[in-house]
Amino acid sequence: MIKEYLAENYDIAVIGGGHAGIEAALAPARLGLKTVMFTINLDWVGNMPCNPSIGGTAKGHLVRELDALGGEMGKAADATTLQSRMLNRGKGPAVYSLRAQIDRREYCSYMKHAVEMQENLDVKQAEIVHIEKRDDGLWHCITRLGADYACKCVILATGTFLGGRIYIGEVNYESGPDGNFPATELSKSLKKLNIPLRRFKTGTPARVDRASIDFSKLEVQDGDEDTVPFSFSTTSKPQNRVVCHIGYTNDETKKVILENLHRSPLYAGDIEGVGPRYCPSIEDKIVRFADKQRHQMFVEPCGENTEEMYLQGMSSSLPEEVQLKFYRTIPGLENVQIMRTAYAIEYDCIDPLALYATLEIKEQPGLYGAGQFNGSSGYEEAAAQGFVAGVNAAHKILGREPLVLSRSSSYIGTLIDDLVTKGCSDPYRMMTSRSEYRLLLRQDNADERLMPTGHSLGLIDEKEYERFLERRRLKEQEIERVNSTFLAPKPQLNEMLTARGTAPLTTGTRLADLIKRPQLDYKCLAPFDKERPALPDDVCEKIEVEIKYEGYISRQQAQVDEMLRLENKTIPKDFDYASIKGLRLEAAEKLNKVRPENIGQASRISGVSPADISVLLIYLSK
Amino acid sequence: MSERTIAAIATPLGEGGISVIRISGADAIAVADKCFFAFSGESLSNLCGYQAAYGKVTDSVGNTLDDAVALIFRAPKSYTGEDVVEVSVHGGTIVARQVLRRVLECGATLATGGEFTKRAFLNGKLDLTKAESVMGLISARNDAAAKIARGAREGRISRDTEDILNKLLETAASLAAFADYPDEDIPNLSEENFALLLDECYTKCQKLISTYDTGRIIREGINCAIVGKPNVGKSTLMNMLCGLDRSIVTDIAGTTRDVVETTVNIGDVTLNLADTAGIHSTEDTVEKFGVDKAIQKIENSELLLAVFDNSLPLDSDDKQLLESIRDKKCIVILNKSDLQNVFDKKDLSGFQVVEISAREGTGYDELCSAIARVCKTEMLSADDTVLINERQRDCVNRALSAVCAARDALTMGMTLDAVGVCVDDAIAALLELTGKRVTNEVCDEIFKRFCVGK
Repeated sequence: MIKEYLAENYDIAVIGGGHAGIEAALAPARLGLKTVMFTINLDWVGNMPCNPSIGGTAKGHLVRELDALGGEMGKAADATTLQSRMLNRGKGPAVYSLRAQIDRREYCSYMKHAVEMQENLDVKQAEIVHIEKRDDGLWHCITRLGADYACKCVILATGTFLGGRIYIGEVNYESGPDGNFPATELSKSLKKLNIPLRRFKTGTPARVDRASIDFSKLEVQDGDEDTVPFSFSTTSKPQNRVVCHIGYTNDETKKVILENLHRSPLYAGDIEGVGPRYCPSIEDKIVRFADKQRHQMFVEPCGENTEEMYLQGMSSSLPEEVQLKFYRTIPGLENVQIMRTAYAIEYDCIDPLALYATLEIKEQPGLYGAGQFNGSSGYEEAAAQGFVAGVNAAHKILGREPLVLSRSSSYIGTLIDDLVTKGCSDPYRMMTSRSEYRLLLRQDNADERLMPTGHSLGLIDEKEYERFLERRRLKEQEIERVNSTFLAPKPQLNEMLTARGTAPLTTGTRLADLIKRPQLDYKCLAPFDKERPALPDDVCEKIEVEIKYEGYISRQQAQVDEMLRLENKTIPKDFDYASIKGLRLEAAEKLNKVRPENIGQASRISGVSPADISVLLIYLSK
Repeated sequence: MSERTIAAIATPLGEGGISVIRISGADAIAVADKCFFAFSGESLSNLCGYQAAYGKVTDSVGNTLDDAVALIFRAPKSYTGEDVVEVSVHGGTIVARQVLRRVLECGATLATGGEFTKRAFLNGKLDLTKAESVMGLISARNDAAAKIARGAREGRISRDTEDILNKLLETAASLAAFADYPDEDIPNLSEENFALLLDECYTKCQKLISTYDTGRIIREGINCAIVGKPNVGKSTLMNMLCGLDRSIVTDIAGTTRDVVETTVNIGDVTLNLADTAGIHSTEDTVEKFGVDKAIQKIENSELLLAVFDNSLPLDSDDKQLLESIRDKKCIVILNKSDLQNVFDKKDLSGFQVVEISAREGTGYDELCSAIARVCKTEMLSADDTVLINERQRDCVNRALSAVCAARDALTMGMTLDAVGVCVDDAIAALLELTGKRVTNEVCDEIFKRFCVGK
């Protein structure tokens, strides 16, 4: 037994310095609470142990939403972008998704400095081996060296460190990600608190030496010419500093993998943890999509000052020698040299049904979870939860209203609602298809959706908020103008219309109606629209989307209104589900476990059928 | 959720072989034990589900009311999902009523209309469309209505919409994958396939909606007016259809001065029949009033039986009438077919024509099949899905308009996310139809239909 000593008191302690931990520590510190963040390795604050990239479908939305609320991730990504692309440009504004390659080392340095410089926030390298609530009503976090930190709230953002175990072929050992120490003790005290822990796993591909790749055999993937930053506060456009490459697996790759499948810890049955369904290893892909001829691989630089290249899409837990063999079947990688071996990592996490939407653990007041600990996967998902957990812990201490974002307000709200209502059976990855309201929850309007909230939280400063109000004012003014401006049928205009394959004008036509035509856009009408004011790009984009998609947006708004009507039917907190005879046993049990706050949430619980909901509604209205 | 144990006579009242008194609720078996005594001496509470006992039902002083069989159902394996006892007694209204009264004395309360079904629904034994169909069955006024309701009860509506739903869900899923994996080389969605799929959904929704009118005609009857010039035999036809002298028949033209209304079942169709005053120019104030009303009836009716005299040439009044009904659902009836035809039947081309002799009672069967044909009930087979109420029609209608919007978005060249919003709308509407998605509308409907009380 180590000798404990009383170290210091804090309002909030955050265990973990990854993407969740950073936001979970910054938000309360910015709200004036005395906060401490513990990390096992101070050199790896905000590490990206997997992709050297931020954003992507739905994830890009999360980053922009987080930024609008006052999070740090977007700013850090903008400052360290290597290459930027807006995905899905051709598929419509609902699914435009920003994704950027990031210099991993630069990102860590940025974030390390950001937390170090933050007022009210102390950052410490320490492994928390034990937490418990003592008679003083405070949570005590004990470090491996015996320091006792007493705190009002604790946020668990332990990532893959908690009970981490790495698997590579027949080899497995206790470890955190990227060669870090694991947190081996903490799970025990969590189990003592009756927190329902389970094992999930995730994996990462190899990092290989740039010099060993024959790029002439790979396709080049350039960044966008016209780039867009993540953060609403970033005024300059991120520069593309690198290119990425695309390669493909072939029959030979498949053959090598299938021949060695029995050596995969997953197929041999060594791993009990459940992996992410939507981010499978290459061996998984080959087994699951057996009829697919080839799989894509992206070669992404890990940074400007390193020769390490990341092989996206090629994560594996096969033995090292097999990895080398199958990577080398890929054209361009014939002589590839592995610098870091691909691995799978298994870790402890909570069943998120044990959480409130505030991310507080239901049975443990003052204890919060965020990120992979809550069963999610991905940096962006983690950061978003970290922020929400941080704000809610702070608000609990300050006696303020909790921050719970609705599904119709944001992907962040959708993410948390999914986790705490439906739970997850594999690491939860955010996808645009998880939202019913994609056309409303666009990345371009994240500021309109959430910046007022960020401002009232006190995490968006006046200057930033003024800029937002001005953007919104410009947009509204311009939309009004194009709705009341008519263009006359003039030869030049009609020439352009005909050239673009749309009907020429015969009579004066509302500008807005022209913008609505799929063949046209806001920009191409500029030469014929003499009174048009000069507007920033992002404002123009919003104007175009809102006019062009007006009918579809209002259709979706009607869907939201319908949902809100069920959402507004609240269920009393102490509601006794067992007393309702019409409920099926399974439904009553699930409802009792989740304890939904309203009918809308209840209807999303798996195992609760629409018939059960009808019964509930009728019962509640009696 | 309801503590009351309810009872009612579950078989139609009348001269049947047996009558069944159904008791449902937590105390159903205890209630039955107070008035039913098995000849074996065993109490009903000792029986398992699906077991029956033969015995007698006695009144409060022990006199036998009837010999009876009691069949036990144990919750949740019963129609209502509660404990149920079904007591079969000898047929006839009196005995069944006496037994029911005794059951009520023993602690049950009289079930309100549809209450067994309501409980079945609340206990998850029936989905919404099935519950609705049972209500339809209870209130069916003719064979066809019962046939439709039975079809719905067997889940035909759910099955048919499921088919459309699956197609839409498939579409939504490929849209989602398309958006979520921009970097993967998933084969691009073919917009043609997409359009084909939506076309198919469109056709199916439309077909479903078209069944609603047929269903409504069968259920509620169709407003049908008999029109024609004075003294062509409208009232005689009315009486022929009713099988009794509903209208006063004389040789004096203009006898019927007001609209005479009645309801008759013609085959599968219930006609809400109105006999009208003969339409012609008249100076008689009272008759004129009747004529105006008749013209109004033409406007308001869904089916017109236009009567002409086979033995007289078509005059301008006749021709005017023909013109005014040309675009309506109508049958031209040539009365007095026993007399010589004097005009060119080509003048009636484009109309359904039936020749009858109301006086001699011939042509009745032909008229029935013409009505069935016009109302499309003859095409109704036992396997057809028919939407049975306004709520269902509204759901399919909303699905249809959303599918249309999706198709339009696609044709216009809008991006697929816009198409997706419309597809989502269609899916939501169909899920609502089968009760798989709960909305306020569905719940309001439940309240309205089942008048859920205390």
